Amino acid sequence: MMDFWRRFRRNRGAVVGLCILVLVLLLSATASLLFPDSPWDMAAAPFMPPGEMGMLLGSDSLGRDVAAGIAHGARISLLVGAVSTAAALLIGVTLGAIAGYAGGIVDDALMRFTEFFQTIPSFVFAILLVAIFSPSIGSIVFAIAVVSWPPVARVVRAEVLSLRSREFVQAAEVLGKAPLAILLTDVLPNALSPIIVLSSLMVATAILTESALSFLGLGDPNLMTWGFLIGAGRSVIRIAWWMSVFPGLAIFLTVLALNLVGEGLSDALNPRLARRRA
Amino acid sequence: MSLLSIEGLTVALPPGGDRPHAIADISLSVDPGEILCVVGESGSGKSITANAMMGLLPKSLPVTSGRIRFEGTDLLALEPEAMRRLRGARIAMIFQEPMTALNPVMRVGDQIAEALRVHGAGRDAARRVPELLAAVNLPDPEALARSYPFRLSGGQRQRVMIAMALALEPALLIADEPTTALDVTTQMQILRLIKEIQSRRGTGVMFVTHDFGVVAEIADRVAVMQHGRIVETGPAKEVLNHPQHPYTRALIAAVPGFPSGEQATAASDARGPMAKDAVLVTRGVEKTYRRGGGWFGKPVTLRAVHDADFTLTRGETLGLVGESGSGKSTLARCIVRLVEPEKGEIAFHGTDLRPLTRIAWKPFRRRIQMVFQDPFASLNPRRTVGDIITEGPMTHGVSRSEALDRARDLLRLVQLDPGAMGRYPHEFSGGQRQRIGIARALAMRPELLIADEPVSALDVSVQAQVLDLLADIRKRLGLTMLFITHDLRVAAQICDRIAVMQRGAIVELGSTAQVFGTPQHAYTKQLLESIPGRGWTPPDLSGTVAA
Repeated sequence: MMDFWRRFRRNRGAVVGLCILVLVLLLSATASLLFPDSPWDMAAAPFMPPGEMGMLLGSDSLGRDVAAGIAHGARISLLVGAVSTAAALLIGVTLGAIAGYAGGIVDDALMRFTEFFQTIPSFVFAILLVAIFSPSIGSIVFAIAVVSWPPVARVVRAEVLSLRSREFVQAAEVLGKAPLAILLTDVLPNALSPIIVLSSLMVATAILTESALSFLGLGDPNLMTWGFLIGAGRSVIRIAWWMSVFPGLAIFLTVLALNLVGEGLSDALNPRLARRRA
Repeated sequence: MSLLSIEGLTVALPPGGDRPHAIADISLSVDPGEILCVVGESGSGKSITANAMMGLLPKSLPVTSGRIRFEGTDLLALEPEAMRRLRGARIAMIFQEPMTALNPVMRVGDQIAEALRVHGAGRDAARRVPELLAAVNLPDPEALARSYPFRLSGGQRQRVMIAMALALEPALLIADEPTTALDVTTQMQILRLIKEIQSRRGTGVMFVTHDFGVVAEIADRVAVMQHGRIVETGPAKEVLNHPQHPYTRALIAAVPGFPSGEQATAASDARGPMAKDAVLVTRGVEKTYRRGGGWFGKPVTLRAVHDADFTLTRGETLGLVGESGSGKSTLARCIVRLVEPEKGEIAFHGTDLRPLTRIAWKPFRRRIQMVFQDPFASLNPRRTVGDIITEGPMTHGVSRSEALDRARDLLRLVQLDPGAMGRYPHEFSGGQRQRIGIARALAMRPELLIADEPVSALDVSVQAQVLDLLADIRKRLGLTMLFITHDLRVAAQICDRIAVMQRGAIVELGSTAQVFGTPQHAYTKQLLESIPGRGWTPPDLSGTVAA
């Protein structure tokens, strides 16, 4: 573990990303302390530029505090990112591992099923799902998970395919271990690094997708999110630039941070790279 | 004056390595028309020496001192442009891996022509290319020049590489393990070819190898390397038959010799009355691979195993020898159900294993175990050695504490410290890992051990240790063993009987002494003739190596 941390630390970008991510997490955790009032409440006159009337990042067209919106929105954005990624991983890893390990007809069937999802443009599909199930946090998470599992299934299948012909897996077979035990103890642990890297990038994509949905007005109407803030500021961007710029920056920094951390993880988890740098 | 002389060459390793220099204070010379063999185990710096001569060292390995004189000029002082003119024209190199050394999307003839063109001899290319291909004994040079590398076998590709290296009639040929990736029969052809060309043209050859058999076959002089230093040099006969340095003595002592007739008979007598007790009988096992075909094309079929019947009696070691693609590994994998044969009977103590379901097979897993070839790929890198050894018995219902006790005993048996239990495979060397693999198989207390090329990925001295260990364990535990190898010397050392496989069929089966002494089948004879250094019997150094 210490060894892993040392290798991760060697990638400076990844450390910066991790710091940003920790800050965003802190912000979302302390949102109700920093901004005790609801972000939906009117706190000042409308269209106050940043710094005036005690509005750190200005106020929007209804006099709501943009800073409060960002802090409270962080919670939802991160939650959506994490939960939908976890759900997508659950589907993707399960299907990918089964397809790769079973092979034959099972593999063919599962991969055609995966392609069925891959051929539909993912964002259009997400809009469709949210529209059908009516916008709520649950349906948004569901929609994002449904559109983002196919790449996971593909990566896991490819890893399992290459691992299952390795000698240590054959040795486990000769020892008489059950297929599920081989999959769980021998194959999947060795496929872990690409999965972790992929999932850190998926969290970033999920946050972007959620923002895009909210921007189009398909967000949960009861929850403040970054996408909603940008969507609300879009029509008045020429008189109140701060309404869309600051939430936009928040999304940009968080996604950047996640990508940097993902890259750092991929370096740190790759033993060959690690040895070269050591 | 010698063609090439290296004086005090030292190449630094990046800081933090296990030693400060990749090679230190190397002095060598090659005369025209002479073959110098540089021998050493992996990591001894022999390839670095070869690459330094061609100016192929990576920037992280700078030459810190010394001189390389070639025909009077110092190569290290040359400008890159001048070095480039020399490379290929006066000094040529052949690499180990013929599969990757040719450009896959360029015709063979064009690649040789390119080598000529680069050095301004492109005009003669049309005439010279077939000539060169013929010179390396390739059939139908005209047609071959027009084919792409993927159509050629490994041996043919290596010949093309040699043709390319010889295109400009270099004065010095550097060969870095050119036959290591090839089968024995092909290896012999390539060795003969190099020797023939060298004597015909008077080329000086520096031949890098790890195999003392190859040295005995072609070397005029030998330089033995250890840890980046030359520990012994001299005429081949001297070094091979009267080695002076302890390291050379240890290496040569580790080369498996051939059994004398009496030894083999003694071994079969020792098995005594139990010899009739059949452990494993295979009858009519067949495995055919089909590939491609699609909807319209005809599928390619390969009969990997057919006509491979044998009987394994209790306590004996049967060697399965053959070249790559002969089906020996497939046959072994059929026995443990890693590959499912279409036909035939695999009877273990009278029970046919082939039709059994996965569940019905499970009790037999305990009694039949396998040791794998690659010590780096056969251990799960994410589990500790303790977990690796105990998981087999625990799968079969042995309690954790008992499995751990057993694992500690086994580690002692394979001469590893029981403290190794908590460590991960990557902390061990190749030989140690192979011991762990053996311990894993033995933890199941099997009756039948199948060893699939267990020593072919190891250096010769480590190989000897692992072979000794296997022989010792076999005697102590009364194991029956099926030993798969491509190396006839190894087979001769450890096996009671030998089955020779060719293209999926066993073509000859007999006691080791019979097979080596009076081979019946033409292929067996060919294999035996191809053993490098057949005429050389390693001197008996057993009394003196102890130091």
